[in-house]
Amino acid sequence: MTGRAILAVATAALLAFLASPASFAPVFAPFTRNGAPAIYTQTPILSLTLSHLALVAAAVAVSTVVALALAIAVTRPAGREFLPLARTITAVGQTFPPVAVLALAVPIMGFGAGPTLIALFLYGLLPVFENALAGLTGLPRSVTEAARGMGLTPRQRLWQVELPLALPVILTGMRLTAVISLGTATIGSTVAARTLGEVIIAGLLSSNTAFVLQGGAVVGVMAVLIHAGFQAVERLAASRAGRA
Amino acid sequence: MIRIENLSRSFDGKPAVQDVSLTVERNQIAALVGTSGSGKTTLLRMINRLVEPSAGRVLIDGQDSRDMPAHLLRRRIGYAIQGHGLFPHRSVAQNIATVPRLLGWDKARIRVRVDELLGLFGMEPADFRDRMPSQLSGGQQQRVGVARALAAKPDLLLMDEPFGALDPVIRAKAQADLRQIQRRLGTTLVLVTHDMDEAITLGDRIAVMDAGRLVQYDTPAQILTAPATPFVRDLTGSGQRAFQLLSLTPVADLRRPGEASGTPIATDATLRDALSECLTSGREALPVAGGGIVTLDAIRGAAAE
Amino acid sequence: MIPRIDRPGILFAVIGGAGLALPLVQFKANRIVAGEGLALPAALPLGWVATVVIAAALAAGLILRAPWLRLGAAVLGLGATVSALGGAATALTPPDDTLARVAPASGFWLMMLALSLMTADALTRLRPPLALRWLLLGAAIAAVAGVLSSGMLDGISVMREYAARQDMFLREASSHLVLAFGSLALALLAGLPVGVAIHQRAAWRGPVLSALNVMQTIPSLALFGIMIPIFGWIAATWPAAAAAGVSGIGIFPALVALFLYSLLPVVANTLTGLSAVDPAATEAARGLGMTRPQVMTRVLVPLALPVLLAAIRIVLVQNIGLAVIAGLIGGGGFGTFVFQGLNQTAMDLVLLGALPTISLALVAGIAMDLTVEASHKGAA
Repeated sequence: MTGRAILAVATAALLAFLASPASFAPVFAPFTRNGAPAIYTQTPILSLTLSHLALVAAAVAVSTVVALALAIAVTRPAGREFLPLARTITAVGQTFPPVAVLALAVPIMGFGAGPTLIALFLYGLLPVFENALAGLTGLPRSVTEAARGMGLTPRQRLWQVELPLALPVILTGMRLTAVISLGTATIGSTVAARTLGEVIIAGLLSSNTAFVLQGGAVVGVMAVLIHAGFQAVERLAASRAGRA
Repeated sequence: MIRIENLSRSFDGKPAVQDVSLTVERNQIAALVGTSGSGKTTLLRMINRLVEPSAGRVLIDGQDSRDMPAHLLRRRIGYAIQGHGLFPHRSVAQNIATVPRLLGWDKARIRVRVDELLGLFGMEPADFRDRMPSQLSGGQQQRVGVARALAAKPDLLLMDEPFGALDPVIRAKAQADLRQIQRRLGTTLVLVTHDMDEAITLGDRIAVMDAGRLVQYDTPAQILTAPATPFVRDLTGSGQRAFQLLSLTPVADLRRPGEASGTPIATDATLRDALSECLTSGREALPVAGGGIVTLDAIRGAAAE
Repeated sequence: MIPRIDRPGILFAVIGGAGLALPLVQFKANRIVAGEGLALPAALPLGWVATVVIAAALAAGLILRAPWLRLGAAVLGLGATVSALGGAATALTPPDDTLARVAPASGFWLMMLALSLMTADALTRLRPPLALRWLLLGAAIAAVAGVLSSGMLDGISVMREYAARQDMFLREASSHLVLAFGSLALALLAGLPVGVAIHQRAAWRGPVLSALNVMQTIPSLALFGIMIPIFGWIAATWPAAAAAGVSGIGIFPALVALFLYSLLPVVANTLTGLSAVDPAATEAARGLGMTRPQVMTRVLVPLALPVLLAAIRIVLVQNIGLAVIAGLIGGGGFGTFVFQGLNQTAMDLVLLGALPTISLALVAGIAMDLTVEASHKGAA
């Protein structure tokens, strides 16, 4: 119950700050020095937030579609040969530092949102893929056998049995991807993507802690909210799948 | 010999054990029985001070158990529990060697002791020494658990539902083995069980606990024939009492001269076994190994005592 | 009889084939002019030899079944690709020219990708025993070190950047290691006792884990940023701290930020590991007369070890990656090169920072995976 109350307060505070950043100046003023501005105004924080979210949403959507397609492919009889390889790539890929991926995407995509999107997409593939794989391969044998025994075609088995049962686990993968992407996207500002990282970096460059705090707080609160939102959907999906 | 004097313990103000006093003689087996929540496990755990008594004391061979640090006390007392509690990251030999190592025995002595115990429990040392607990069957795990409890040659062994996780066939064998080993080593044994049949089979004396109090402490025969309270009578199970009683007496006690046909029955078989044999083979009398017979009439008489 | 075509082999062949067709290297007469892409075999004399070897390796991936042969072919192909890169750099750079830059281009990276995938695939099929995998990891590290120290790649732009700032590279490398391992050590020192404490007191679990979870949601960039004024303030307030080297600039803010990120995995896994131990084992340990510290060191910790090591793996790999961000706030490490390179649009400099970071993370990840597996065997 206290958890929900905190979430509600956090949501309200976030919306109020995005609607009218200037009215929060007294909150952040103690963190400035030498009369520096307390609120970042170069670009409206709301617009940075929206483009930040858009970038993350696009990356999560694309990684989910691609990762899910790959996971389905390697769990079909025709793609089974790729399964061990896919597992290895997943394990190794996750050790790649997101910042390095971001930096390496610059020569291919140039500066701007492109490399960030690529990095977020690549980094986001792995959690979804890993979880989808776990979900699709971890189904109880009795269930898949029953589906076969009742005469469902492979395609019907996939859509009517396997995917619905794997959904909660897939959603968990999406949640991990979304939360990681949200934080990693801030680094995108070092390659000129329009994200909330811009506010933080401006704070770092001008030694204005207020900027660092407000950029960090907006991203942090969004991460908590997205985390909670996904968890609620996961619980729903799990109860639909008969696991809760 | 262990002497429990006015032992009490409460948890959060609720009494779990109240004013229990009993004595277990040397080389005897005392079975603590009762329903769950009756305080039997708490009583057992107070003997090795896994639970500290709120009042009263425990004397082990006349010495107050509080005279030494709890962990040193426990190293002198064997302890085996339900689900065996073997350390999954240590081999069979290392598990058995736990207490000797704590006591600082030298390696050669520990090795000899481990092999001796494995042999005692019918497990070929060369074969079992280096296995991990996960590579053993349930019955083997349980035996290793008891062997571990006996490793440092304790005079006193405490067991909490040691056979609870075993299936009935293995359980009967484990009980027989324990009885035999206990007689051979002369260990004093206090055993917690919720199974009255087990208490009757193993116990020299049975302590019946109810709601934290000791309601009767007596021999199995007395518990069966003269239950102190209706609770004790219910616990023994009215429908089973005759059979339980028969299972206390060996065939040898009712043997008398005579002749009967068919396969003879062993002298140390119980009257319950003899009754079963009579009924299944449709005979009125059975020959007893080494001469003499036991008759259905005599068995009937014994059950009606 | 036509040999059966290996399906993953088709993937490697397609990627590798594209790599052969695309430029192996990009040649620039100096750092400023636009580059010119050169593909194999034209990029170097005897380039057709390398082309044939690489093509043969990819073809082997299509038809060979035996994993050892596939592995051998892939490694041979990797060798040929790297040799071709070095050869191209030597051939294209005029003698005594220090301005010309030869950088690996898309073709090189695709061939490396295809052949690395083939190597990984062969290793997966081989399922080598643990000891052999340690050996293979060691051999791979030795091979890379050998190639780098042999001088055969010295003509490549990244290596030229390295040669130009060797001292700085070593300094930043050691800062990076201090950041990654130092923060891990601090997190273990603080996190293990906290994990043990919340295992014993269930009431503390919720608050402690929630606080650490919230900490994880703060974007790394912001957490690093917040540490600067905090440490500046500490240094300004306590002269003793300043004298000990604590300051708002330098390694401290980054170290503490990484430490804070590492706490959650360490604390949470300590709790998980300890909670997973069968209560009967702890009960038996106490009943047999172990003291509390003995129960902890002889039963609980060994049994929880695999989960603890898994936490160390997560933290180590994560911190090696996040330590890059320290470069942005003057905390040192390989990130210094990455961000310098991004500022100057000098990709060679970015690579000088990114490649060692990725290699370090990869080696740490694999080594820790092997350690975790070994500990599972010990605990099984």
